[in-house]
This record gives sequence, C-alpha cells and structure tokens, in this order.
Amino acid sequence: MHELSIVMSIVEAAEEQARKHDAKAVECIDLEIGNLSGVDEHALEFAWEVGVKNTLLEKAHYNINKIKGWAQCSNCDCEFEIKEIFDPCPLCGEHLINILRGKEMKIQSITLLN
Amino acid sequence: MCATCGCDQPGMIKITNVRDALFPQLHHHGHTHNHNDEHQHNPKRTQVDLEQDILQKNNLLAERNRGYFEAKEITAFNLVSSPGSGKTALLECTLRDLGQELNFYVIEGDQQTTNDADRIAKYNTPVIQINTGKGCHLDATMVKDALSELKPKEHSVVFIENIGNLVCPSMFDLGEQKRIVIISVTEGEDKPLKYPDMFAGSQLCIINKIDLLPYLKFDLPKLIEYAKRINPQLEFIELSCSSGEGLEQWYTWLKRQLATTEIVS
Repeated sequence: MHELSIVMSIVEAAEEQARKHDAKAVECIDLEIGNLSGVDEHALEFAWEVGVKNTLLEKAHYNINKIKGWAQCSNCDCEFEIKEIFDPCPLCGEHLINILRGKEMKIQSITLLN
Repeated sequence: MCATCGCDQPGMIKITNVRDALFPQLHHHGHTHNHNDEHQHNPKRTQVDLEQDILQKNNLLAERNRGYFEAKEITAFNLVSSPGSGKTALLECTLRDLGQELNFYVIEGDQQTTNDADRIAKYNTPVIQINTGKGCHLDATMVKDALSELKPKEHSVVFIENIGNLVCPSMFDLGEQKRIVIISVTEGEDKPLKYPDMFAGSQLCIINKIDLLPYLKFDLPKLIEYAKRINPQLEFIELSCSSGEGLEQWYTWLKRQLATTEIVS
C-alpha cells in the first residue's frame, strides 16, 4: 500500500503551497501518473480517502493525466508503446530497451481556495 | 496477502472489496447541506503550477543519504525480497564469515518485533531496528534517522534490510549504492514477471535455498530468463545459506563493490 505514502507526499506538498499562498483549502490537484509508475489507481483512490482526512485537502479532488509507456530499443532504435516493463522490442525482440516515458509521478498543478 | 502490495495484511483485501460500503462519499449522492455555518461561496482561486515529483522529498533525502555514504566512503546495500526469502539469513552468514575482515552495520526494517535485529546483534554488529507499524516499506527519512543513531564509521558496509515485500519498497530510493533482490527457489520462477519493478531497480539477484532444488519443481534457467527480460544488466548469484554453497561468490561480489566505491571516491 505504497499509495498511502504517495497520498501523504501529495498532502505535504500541497499544504506547503497552501501555507505559502495563505490559502484556506485545496480545491483540486492535477497529477501526472505514468502507466509504468507502479501506482494502482484503485489503491490511490482508497488511500486518498484515508490520507486527506483532517488536512487542507479534505474536500479536494484530483485528476489524473495518464502517461502512456514509451520505450526505445537499444538494439534497433525503434520507438514503441510499452505496456509492461518486460515487453520486448516489437521489431527485433530485444529486451535491452530504454524507457522514455511512463514512469512519471508528478504533481502538475494545485488549485487553492483563499 | 494484501491484494494491493503483496504484504501480509489480509485485511487489505477485505477493505478493497468493501470500499464502496465503507466510503459511500466516493460517489455523489446529490445531497444538500444546511447553511448554518458561515462560509464564503465565491472564494478566490489560485492555481499553482508545480510540476513536482510526488516523491521529491524522499528522493532528496535519499540523495542526502547517498552523499553521507560517499563522504564517509561507506558502501550501502538495500536488501529487498518477499518475506522469508532469507535476507536475514544471508546477513547472518556474511557477518559470521566476513565480520573480522570488514566493518558492518545493519538497519533492520520490519513492521513489528526486534527479532531480526536480535539475530544480527549476536554477531556483535551494531544494528538499528526500524518498526514501521503498518508501513510496508522503508523510506529515506527512516534511514536518515537510523543512520544518525547508528553512526557508521568510515569505509564500513551498511546493510539495509527492507520490509519483506516485493512491491512497495521498489518505489523508494533510500540512498543506497546497490539494491539486491533476493528470491528463494521455493517461491516460483515467475516472480520477476509478477513483480517486475523490484527486478528492474536491482543490480544483483541472489537466488537462495538452492540446496532445496532437488525436491522442487523450480525452473532456475526460466527464472533468470524472466528476470533478464525486465533487466538485462541484472547479475545473478545462486547460493544456499544453509549449505554454504555459493556464498564465496557472494563474498567476492560484495568485496568487488567496496573496491569500486573506493576507486570512485
């Protein structure tokens, strides 16, 4: 249940911004989560309910901007969509690949209520 | 086992299944609320574009730990595995056989008990036990706090034994130089495919309990093939903490890492 730690990290970052801007509450958080980041959306939803209690995010909602996994083969340079980190290159079958996108776990923006 | 992270909390499956019953507020019910309390209906909104990594704080602290290790020329290893794969047993063998030669320190992570730290302390090795309660992984803050208690000396080796869990610890950098994933042959050769993140982030895979191979239907080459699909650079050492087979290879690997650290620093 590392999603609870993730929610707690979001709460910490958002509350820091709220304090900085003298805000009374956080209304919305936009997140960027890659498909290969290891974050389970259902677990995140559950952890969110628990993690935001008694914080400035108690009534906040979040949006997830999902990022598709994208990789480049080190053997033939082919770029392709990757669903699992063990997917081989579809062109040459090589497993030596570089993941270009899909590991993201970011807070893009926060909407504060003053 | 918990359906979310594979940790040993049976309650987690139950909670996930009854989520809707427990948290009806997840769905909008079109309810009204009374207006006895005073609140502003048109508050001012401020949008802050943050573009910040969610685990930024952990990652920064991990870098701080890494800097601490580098400055003191300490080599730190993060040991990860399922519960019962033999992390503590491997440490016991290592402390027993190399304890005279190298300066070891151990940070033990478990949800409860000091059982593992007690086992390590018998080898006269300074050890700190972190009990995470319900937490399913160690993070960089816990390691930083443990280090300030442990005070490892220069040129020493710090082993951080993570919580037995193949999912959550993969996401949290502790500041270690190398991550070692341990799997025992009683676990099934498809573990790398089931828990790919842990194998992707590790540099060494120790395959433990190989003395049991004659009694099991465990396809060792298949395990290595699966793990290499995820991480082609992963190194492998097959050993048994019970019979001692393969331990020399582990010790050689371990000493090679120390030499590398000294050259780098």
